[in-house]
Amino acid sequence: MTTYEAVIGLEVHAQLLTRTKLFCGCSAEYGAEPNTHVCPVCLGLPGALPVPNEKAIELAIRAGLALGCKVRTTSRFARKNYFYPDLSKNYQTSQYDEPIDEHGELVIEVDGVEKRIGITRAHLEEDAAKNVHGEGGGLHTVVDYNRAGTPLLEIVSEPDLRSAAEAEAYLKKLRDILMFIGVNDGNLEEGSFRCDANVSIRPVGQEEFGTRTELKNINSFKFVRKAIEYEIARQEAVVSSGGKIVQETRTWNEAQQKTVTMRSKEEAHDYRYFPCPDLPPIRVSEERIESIRASLPELPDAKRARYVEQLGLTPYDAGVLTGHPEIARFFEATLAALGDEKLGKKVANFIQSEVLRFVETRGLEATFPVKAEALAGLLALVEKGSINGKIAKQVFAEMVETGASAESIVESKGLAAVTDTAALEAEIQKVLDANPAQVEQYRGGKQAVFGFFVGQVMKATKGQADPKAVQEILRRLLG
Amino acid sequence: MSEPKISVDVVRHVARLARLRVTDEEASALASQLSHVLDHMDELNALDVSEVPPTSHAIPLDSPFREDAVREGLSREEALAGAPLEIAGGFAVPKVLGGEG
Repeated sequence: MTTYEAVIGLEVHAQLLTRTKLFCGCSAEYGAEPNTHVCPVCLGLPGALPVPNEKAIELAIRAGLALGCKVRTTSRFARKNYFYPDLSKNYQTSQYDEPIDEHGELVIEVDGVEKRIGITRAHLEEDAAKNVHGEGGGLHTVVDYNRAGTPLLEIVSEPDLRSAAEAEAYLKKLRDILMFIGVNDGNLEEGSFRCDANVSIRPVGQEEFGTRTELKNINSFKFVRKAIEYEIARQEAVVSSGGKIVQETRTWNEAQQKTVTMRSKEEAHDYRYFPCPDLPPIRVSEERIESIRASLPELPDAKRARYVEQLGLTPYDAGVLTGHPEIARFFEATLAALGDEKLGKKVANFIQSEVLRFVETRGLEATFPVKAEALAGLLALVEKGSINGKIAKQVFAEMVETGASAESIVESKGLAAVTDTAALEAEIQKVLDANPAQVEQYRGGKQAVFGFFVGQVMKATKGQADPKAVQEILRRLLG
Repeated sequence: MSEPKISVDVVRHVARLARLRVTDEEASALASQLSHVLDHMDELNALDVSEVPPTSHAIPLDSPFREDAVREGLSREEALAGAPLEIAGGFAVPKVLGGEG
């Protein structure tokens, strides 16, 4: 029996985080009332002329550099011609033979194996309008041009991916990078990060590609994986039974758990690209490109490696803390406020066990229960020995509840550790006096009673005593 | 004269892509006219332009840029003023079957 391998290439449309559209000053904000962010340019009214948004060009260059691309000093916009009511002009302004970014790569890891995935190109283009089909008694399609003209970066991978797991790893990695460099908010649900997958199979060992299908409109990582897995199995079944793959566009139907054929724009593959006469070439100096390169922040991979090597975190912890740019920022800010890198592991543990469950992320934004400085204030008290780890959790809960500082909570509730040895000793003596029977048992050789005394002392001091000191004193007094 | 560079079939195909209706007579006239245009290009091909970069724009100009600042556009009423039909604040057009969107 023939064994097949899958060949997968991905096209990601990432919305660039600009305030305005690519060629006009209309707001690019999501979720406004239909047709309220429109003007003659994005409506394609006669005579209106596009002017590129400098920020969009900068973000496209930023993304290109982070993905190891060669950035063109001269790139060009082209018209992609097709008729569909999601376009006001009957063409989409895109880039064709001179895209802004080319020849990049991304390294993914699947099952502990690293693999380099080529990035063919990343080009700027305007988004299309939103169509709602079947309105007006089923007779109409209604068009909202708010989204039309929003800047997108289309990032095209080489057909280097061989499994659904690799495709998913690539997408996650790509999204991660774009979010950390502030180019995209990574929001799949709202469609600001969209993925299309080209999938084909071929007998293992064959050079030539098989006929591919294009999977479109898949809006979660889980669905991407399921859709690709399904599609590979479907194609294998077709080919193994002597059938032929039809080149077509398909989408994932979650209810039916399968990919289904989509109707596509007529003659969709004859776009008759030509240079847009309304838009002169985009020229960017080498100096400008280098200054954007210099402004790139630490990328997620480098950050994870630093957390492990320099701060002593486990790779797992480093992964959790770089799960979102704001979480990494919060961790680093807390550590900076503490001013001691050696505390990295402790800060990481506390954030993971106590803080993260309160953190909500939406796109690039994240809300934290307390400020990084406030958390540093709490952890500093632990470091000084003013409170122990257990009390710290209690104080943290109080901080979240009231917004008060750790210091003021410790003070007002009298939670400071009993560090006064004489006072602690007096407390312990009281416990021993109250439990003469157990003292007898211990002295008679029953070591297990020791734990009972520790518990009683902690209870008597409301958990504020330093357990180490308690044990020391107990041993001495019982000894 | 050599084989026409643009056949009647190509004319029909391009016309269809551009949503233009052409009669048979128009198609054959256009095929011959468009072929003439390309014949003229052949004359230009006689020149050595290997040192000249391709011209995609007639004016030697680099693109100006716009600052990323929101500018007031049209009100919805203004935007929809020319719409053939309005439904729920949108431009209503004859139904198209769900496409790529």
